Amino acid sequence: MLRDNLRGIYYIALKDMRIYYLKPPSVSWGIIFPLSWIFAFYLRNPRSFEELVPGLIAMTILFSTTAAEAVVINFELRLGTLERLLLAPISLPSVLLGKVLGGAFFGLLMSITVTLISTLALGLHPSVFKLIVIIIPSLLVFSSLGALLCVMVREVFEAQTLLNLPRFLMIFLCGVVYPIEAMPGALRFVAHLMPLTYTVDGLRRCFSPGSDAVVYLDALVLVAFFLLFILPAIRLFYSKFE
Amino acid sequence: METVIRVSDLTKFYGEVLAVDHISFEVRRGEIFGFLGPNGAGKTTTIRMLTGLSRPTEGSATVLGYDVCTEVTQAKRHVGVVPENSNLYDEFTVLDNLLFMAQLYGVPRARRREKAEELLKIFGLSDRKDSPFRTLSRGMKRALTIAAALIHEPEILFLDEPTVGLDVVAARSLRNLIGQLRRRGITIFLTTHYLEEADLLCDRVAILVRGKILSVDSPGALKEAAEEESIIEFTFSGEIPGLIEELSRVKGDVRVVPVDFGKVRVYGGSPGDILEAVFRFVRGKGIEVLSVNSIKPSLEDAFIKITGLSPAIMAIEKGGR
Repeated sequence: MLRDNLRGIYYIALKDMRIYYLKPPSVSWGIIFPLSWIFAFYLRNPRSFEELVPGLIAMTILFSTTAAEAVVINFELRLGTLERLLLAPISLPSVLLGKVLGGAFFGLLMSITVTLISTLALGLHPSVFKLIVIIIPSLLVFSSLGALLCVMVREVFEAQTLLNLPRFLMIFLCGVVYPIEAMPGALRFVAHLMPLTYTVDGLRRCFSPGSDAVVYLDALVLVAFFLLFILPAIRLFYSKFE
Repeated sequence: METVIRVSDLTKFYGEVLAVDHISFEVRRGEIFGFLGPNGAGKTTTIRMLTGLSRPTEGSATVLGYDVCTEVTQAKRHVGVVPENSNLYDEFTVLDNLLFMAQLYGVPRARRREKAEELLKIFGLSDRKDSPFRTLSRGMKRALTIAAALIHEPEILFLDEPTVGLDVVAARSLRNLIGQLRRRGITIFLTTHYLEEADLLCDRVAILVRGKILSVDSPGALKEAAEEESIIEFTFSGEIPGLIEELSRVKGDVRVVPVDFGKVRVYGGSPGDILEAVFRFVRGKGIEVLSVNSIKPSLEDAFIKITGLSPAIMAIEKGGR
């Protein structure tokens, strides 16, 4: 049974990569959009570009994992292809996890690309191990956030709209371009309720020497966010087939 | 003969709406079992419950001995499902769709391509194997959807309205294919609202109306039961309002069912009394009797007798068309 489920998760993720993610709209949304934002902020307030690299990677993770999440669930539900997956001998949570993993795979590819280009171009030397510790749970968090918002609604456009709200709030509040410490107390509090804060914080620590403990703490908080998003997403996904 | 599907008091409510109402039946290994009924009768809902896409509200069902509520994943390994809509991936080629299904069902890597090629040959799609699914004709899409459901060599195949939307030639070729599958030993559970299709294909038929099973038997036995009473078909030169009231005065249990414009079938009663009543009725009304035929009961007649519904209701496609 476990083997069937793992196999199903893997092949669904691969299938989603081929059909939805490795396509120009997803690639442009996943890479070009974060790059344009970072350049816009850089041009408005030119300072060391190196400081913006963790924010750039964080935005790439956020936008690439959620690039097609609304499509991969609600669109397939509408076309009936999702039922095709559910007819296979795999559990319903495995189908959803396959969808989440598809987004995470694509996010991994995009974030590796952005990280490699930016570190090589700027001559940075981040800790690869710490990058993995932060990037992997972050990919799962944002992909499962996309899945959760997607199963909360019926239509593809509703999911896209709903996804934009947390995405743009997180860009402004989570330290991507403005340091959280410089924000008013209330906004700082809100920022700490958002997962991207921990991604950005963890990534910053990957690029500067310092205590590893905070990086692991960030990773733990991200794992908690993943559970917070994926468990209700599975519950809601079940309810669509009762 | 071994029972492969056993359904007992299966019931499904969608909110307040009762879609399937305490149905019970059994399907035997190797047979083609038809679920016949108009749209909205609960046929698709029953398939969805038997294949784990929907949870029953009440009752129980087993497929190959596996409980559909608690062991459906095990059952899925041995069943193939062809939904009403051909729901493969438009973006994938014909071959890639089959290979993806083989991956999902755990067909060993070494067997996947061989099995896919074999099915493409059987279904006459070998020369289209590199074409994207979206470029196929409706009939080819249907054939590929059935092929995809067979990739893991299931023991039972569920076919939901297999020929809906197909032209006459494609539907006929698909029916031949279904016959071939049965000869290969696959048990087939199909739903249809085409009476002729059920008659041609099925070993046994369950007639389902408004969520309830009214009868389960072979098409032959259902027709024989309908033969106990006479069926006379009249064709008139125009509309015949008032005929039903006129014939209600004839002795015996007589029912008049409109078949088409100016055409009715009269079930039951004595043929002599009915002919006399009809000719007396049309006399002086300016309506001619164009033809009178004594009808050998078809499955349609059996259906009318059992359900009391007009056959026209069976012609209504989903969405009221």
